[in-house]
Amino acid sequence: MTTTEEYPLKKVCIICAKGSLEDVYAALVMANGAVMEGIETKVFFTFFGLDGITKKQMSNLHTASVGNPAMRMPGGLPFPTLLGAIPGVEAGVSKMMRQEMEKLDIPTVPEFIEMITAGGGEIFACKLAVDMFKLRREDLCDDVKDIITVGQFYELCGGQGTQIIFT
Amino acid sequence: MAQKEYAGVMVEVNNEGYFENSNQWNKEVAAAIAKENNLELTDKHYQVMDFLRERVAKGEALTIRSIGKSGIVDIKGFYELFPGAPLKLATKLAGLKKPLSCV
Repeated sequence: MTTTEEYPLKKVCIICAKGSLEDVYAALVMANGAVMEGIETKVFFTFFGLDGITKKQMSNLHTASVGNPAMRMPGGLPFPTLLGAIPGVEAGVSKMMRQEMEKLDIPTVPEFIEMITAGGGEIFACKLAVDMFKLRREDLCDDVKDIITVGQFYELCGGQGTQIIFT
Repeated sequence: MAQKEYAGVMVEVNNEGYFENSNQWNKEVAAAIAKENNLELTDKHYQVMDFLRERVAKGEALTIRSIGKSGIVDIKGFYELFPGAPLKLATKLAGLKKPLSCV
């Protein structure tokens, strides 16, 4: 007979490497959810995920309206790829997504990051990606705790009951 | 379902300690549960609990964000008032069911 014992999750380290609206939100919802549960939370933004913590971009993230097979028209019909390519459509779709989220009391990206840090969660930017995109510390949102290397992030991920989550 | 006595009131609670019937709650009951959680209640705590009970009575979802916008306490303050998992702890102390919110 096998016995299963449960070990409660103590720490989560979440990696966000993609910059579309839904990818950044996935990381933020997971992170804030963990903070709300009293779980120690660290989020590492890298590559295009950096848009989520870059002052200029964070309030203006988009959902891809081209090459996104899961996207549908209101009512459920498939969203034609060619329609998605028309200028302004992607912005419109993204705006609609944001409005729908607001109705569910889902905060904006900057507000979400504020909530996570207010609850004790920590936000980090990837040094390599910051260098690659030629960003400076002041380009990043003030709630970012530090710009660190991958190795430094892994050092923060130690301890029993820790999970690394790649969104 | 279990029963528990707080401040002389027999309360129906589920296995996690959340109230089955929020009418069985009063301030003294809250103080007794708080003591069990090593927490000393202040007026601010009660204001937050009143806010949560009002929202639930109106059938609205409980979110950390809504508490931050309540004008009673900011989010950092909410985490300080109810350390650990504040929404869960605050709803438990307020005699409400376990919140099912993701935000």
